[in-house]
Amino acid sequence: MSKSVTQPNRLQEGGRIDRSRKLGFTFNGQHYQGHAGDTLASALLANGVDIVNRSFKYSRPRGIVAAGAEEPNALVQLGSTEAAQVPNVRATQQALFDGLVARSTNGWPNVQRDVMSLVGKLGGRFMPPGFYYKTFMAPASMWMTYEKYIRKGAGLGRSPMERDPDSYDHLNQHCDLLVIGAGPAGLAAALTAARSGARVILADEQEEMGGSLLDSRELLDSQPAAQWAEQVLAELAGLDNVTLLARTTANGYHDHHFVTLHERRTEHLGETSPSVDGYRPSRSRMHRARAGQVLLATGAHERPLVYAGNDVPGNLLAGAVSTYIRRYGVVPGNKLVLSTTNDHAYRAALDWDDAGREVVAIVDARQAPDGELVEQARARGFRIIEGAAVIEAKGGSRVSGARVASIDAQAFKVTGQAETLACDTIASSGGYSPVIHLASHTGARPTWNDEILGFVPSLVKGVHAAGSARGIHDTAEGLADGVAAATKALTALGRTPQAVELPQVDARREGKACALYQVPHEKPTLRAPKQFVDLQNDVTAAAIELATREGFESIEHVKRYTAMGFGTDQGKLGNINGMAIAARCLNKSIPEVGTTVFRPNYTPVTFGAIVGRHCRELFDPKRYTALHQWHVENGAEFEDVGQWKRPWYFPQVRPDAANGERESMAEAVARECLAVREKVGILDASTLGKIDIQGPDAREFLNRIYTNKWAKLAVGRARYGLMCKDDGMLMDDGTTSCLGENHFLMTTTTGGAAGVMEWLELWHQTEWPELNVTFTSVTDHWATMTITGPEARNLLAEVTDIDLAKESFKFMDWREGKVAEVPARVFRISFTGELAYEINVQANYALHVWKTLFKHGEKYGLTPYGTETMHVLRAEKGFIIAGQDSDGSVTPEDLGMQWAVGYDKPYSWVGKRSLSRSDTRRVDRKQLVGLKPKDPAVVLEEGAQIVFDPDHAIPMPMVGHVTSSYYSPTLGSGFALAVVKGGHSRMGETVYLPMADGKTHAAEIVSPIFVDPKGERQNV
Amino acid sequence: MFLIYCPHCEELREEEEFHPKGQAHIVRPADPEACSDEEWGDYLFFRDNPRGIHHELWVHAVGCRKFFNVTRNTVSYEILETYKIGEPPRITAESLASDEVQGKVQVASSGQQTVGATNATVETVKGEKA
Repeated sequence: MSKSVTQPNRLQEGGRIDRSRKLGFTFNGQHYQGHAGDTLASALLANGVDIVNRSFKYSRPRGIVAAGAEEPNALVQLGSTEAAQVPNVRATQQALFDGLVARSTNGWPNVQRDVMSLVGKLGGRFMPPGFYYKTFMAPASMWMTYEKYIRKGAGLGRSPMERDPDSYDHLNQHCDLLVIGAGPAGLAAALTAARSGARVILADEQEEMGGSLLDSRELLDSQPAAQWAEQVLAELAGLDNVTLLARTTANGYHDHHFVTLHERRTEHLGETSPSVDGYRPSRSRMHRARAGQVLLATGAHERPLVYAGNDVPGNLLAGAVSTYIRRYGVVPGNKLVLSTTNDHAYRAALDWDDAGREVVAIVDARQAPDGELVEQARARGFRIIEGAAVIEAKGGSRVSGARVASIDAQAFKVTGQAETLACDTIASSGGYSPVIHLASHTGARPTWNDEILGFVPSLVKGVHAAGSARGIHDTAEGLADGVAAATKALTALGRTPQAVELPQVDARREGKACALYQVPHEKPTLRAPKQFVDLQNDVTAAAIELATREGFESIEHVKRYTAMGFGTDQGKLGNINGMAIAARCLNKSIPEVGTTVFRPNYTPVTFGAIVGRHCRELFDPKRYTALHQWHVENGAEFEDVGQWKRPWYFPQVRPDAANGERESMAEAVARECLAVREKVGILDASTLGKIDIQGPDAREFLNRIYTNKWAKLAVGRARYGLMCKDDGMLMDDGTTSCLGENHFLMTTTTGGAAGVMEWLELWHQTEWPELNVTFTSVTDHWATMTITGPEARNLLAEVTDIDLAKESFKFMDWREGKVAEVPARVFRISFTGELAYEINVQANYALHVWKTLFKHGEKYGLTPYGTETMHVLRAEKGFIIAGQDSDGSVTPEDLGMQWAVGYDKPYSWVGKRSLSRSDTRRVDRKQLVGLKPKDPAVVLEEGAQIVFDPDHAIPMPMVGHVTSSYYSPTLGSGFALAVVKGGHSRMGETVYLPMADGKTHAAEIVSPIFVDPKGERQNV
Repeated sequence: MFLIYCPHCEELREEEEFHPKGQAHIVRPADPEACSDEEWGDYLFFRDNPRGIHHELWVHAVGCRKFFNVTRNTVSYEILETYKIGEPPRITAESLASDEVQGKVQVASSGQQTVGATNATVETVKGEKA
């Protein structure tokens, strides 16, 4: 096999790529070519690109290490345009497409020549764990400055600044058995379950399903292993009860077998979703899968050995070398040294030799290895150095040699003279760690298995593991294990498992592996060249040793102190090695040290996939009243109240403006306020919560849930009510009207409607089920229009058949009749202090009634007003807004509303007992008062803190705060409502409000009722 | 995310349809006025936080709007049963402590699992206890 001209490391044949399809791509501004079937990583290796990144902390050059999700170095930023930017993509998991543009995540000005590496070189010796915190913390005020530069240097990728052009979907999925991983065990399991008739989802994160079968040297039924995989996948694809999800990562295992499966649908086709027949499919789908049983066939990650200089580009995992050669037709170097603890890794040397490159030596930590692959290697005449390991890699931007020496792994020391072998690639294998992440998400702690030198997953009920995921690495055994695990799952599901004939695999005799994690060096760990454990976070063996010396004994603390297993990596490559080193330093065994907890997500998930369609206009529902269109046409500005869009104010064109300029908010609100106080205004109050309450015990229920009395409320009458929690604090307020002896209509605040509804149900269902009463939300059924002002009666009289005489239709009465020819309930309730009628009609009649009122209203000066004017008018009257003037720590008494508390009601209503607790009886509770600024031009800030003594040393004792504050056109001054400690007995006293700008306002404590204290205006 | 069996709808539904409402079986004193401040404070503010079996009040908020109780293992998150207001729990910390029942209800072996009891499990447990 010889080189291709443009891709020096590409083999002329072999692999699963399509050499007839050439794909152009750009990496760090350079143009390259790869083939269909490549990953970005395999294409970079084919082109001889050694350095793909700079390391996080020391800015050392880094190359590709792995071939899958465990890759720690090759993190790239994708995207040719701003909108298409995607950070932290692992090049090993990104399929190549024509026109792909990628950059290294780290490295400035570029990865070849990095300014920050100077810091790493000079400071490397002096950058122990916690270095940044220890060094840059003082003075504290400068941390923000340091952090900016440290972060820039670290370079963690960046988010796009423009809107994402793609869409993302969420799908709910249900299945009997979810099989995660489509390697030998997963395929055998899925086939067993599928043939047994179970609903199966088979998900696999790779571009192609098949797992290790795709690069295996083995024959299944005398065919290449990949062929068997193809046959099984073809059968599964033809079955209705099977869903195959390729390019789909099971990222999180949540409660009750709820697994999130992230399917990438278009990321192998282009940087944004391409148009297919004029339609752009969603970029990805988040399958929210609820499974009856789950089978984890997630395979294993190979562990690298930890030796000096093991991060120099050209150090790879042995298995990755095989994968690149056999799957992608790429051989990532010329001269290989293999350092191994096991037989399986010998594949790398055999594959390397098959590719026509030189195997310099195989360095085996064991004495006299004798497995079948070892024999094959011997037969080819490879030099095999026994009882030894690569103790140090030489080289800067690429490996130039390997220092090899005999070692005593048990005693952790080098026992012989080191020999330097010239090479450009070092492949290492320290064994295989089952991928236990998903099992860990369930909360099950993995257990150490000394046989396989790795953690195996503990399994909770309904979860099964098969094959390499539980340490069964042999292909034949893995296939059988898949069938066995599926059989167990099917039995648990109550199904009869069908037998599956497994292919013949030649049994392979493998010698026992030996335990080696960190390779000893001639120098002690703290003085030896850096030995990296976690390449992504630049955590070295020395850092872990230092952490244990500084007293961090728990592995969780070591993790946090050194940052091992942080970031997108989540400890896939380095965690076990790190634990082994901690165990060595602490003189414990690995199971005694334990493992850290893996948490979702397994690999990073883009925000788009998490958000799905729940963004932009679909982020939250918007609610409109039946009159919304009129408000829009009449120039209303809107305010969000909960999900409702309410008119805030209605700015008019200024009479004197030539260019159609409209009033400011202050001008509009002043005009609207005066219109109500002097003529008549109209408010769309449809958003108020309305609850229809019926039943023989409705009245008794109201008596128990409200603080005030309902026993004598007659049909045709309405009453204001206060609702407390049982702790005595105000929860909501509103009026409730008696529609019939057993029939009431409750109104609530706009924002509190749903909460009050649930509150009523809670008390009825759990405390008082014996009460015969029902609740129905009728908020949307009725539109409510409030007309208020001295002319309200004259206006209403023109359009209704209801007798409005003040003697017969009194304040707090309600009447049924016709308004503008449609059936209506009219409530004489006032939230402005003026004569007022709240007209309720069926919502779909509302616009007609509203327009009829305007037709008749012009001569009375009928003026639409919004929520801002409503607030000014109600505050002038001292009417509270629950949730604005109260905050969950305010009792009716604090509000001065003892008049609405039925102390002598027979039933101990909700909140009553709490009003006599020692805390609610304190005289220095914060109480609602009015505040009149000494300077009438001042409008106090809502939320401003109140003090008694402005000359008090800082910190001043704060005695309350402003809850509502407006300018009153009626008073010609600013005014406010506030809560002040002991405020009710401080009338006439002066309080102070120190502001952030250094000014201090003075204000007098007054009654919260500023306008018409006797309430004469609403009673006309 | 939990899978919760609503005892009123008689179906397993996604947790998104429900709201948790805290500890179940909190009895409001029959005569609040007879309570000392301390007794009333206990009722208002003090709740159990057990490791293991916990009885919780939930509401099928965007379903039937009914409140009901859930017996849940706070370690494994396993829901062992759901039952209507007014009914006593079939499974309690005490009942599970007896070996006889422990053999029938499969509780987390490691004390760390996350599993939903299926409807069938609930029925089985209820049946065997009854």
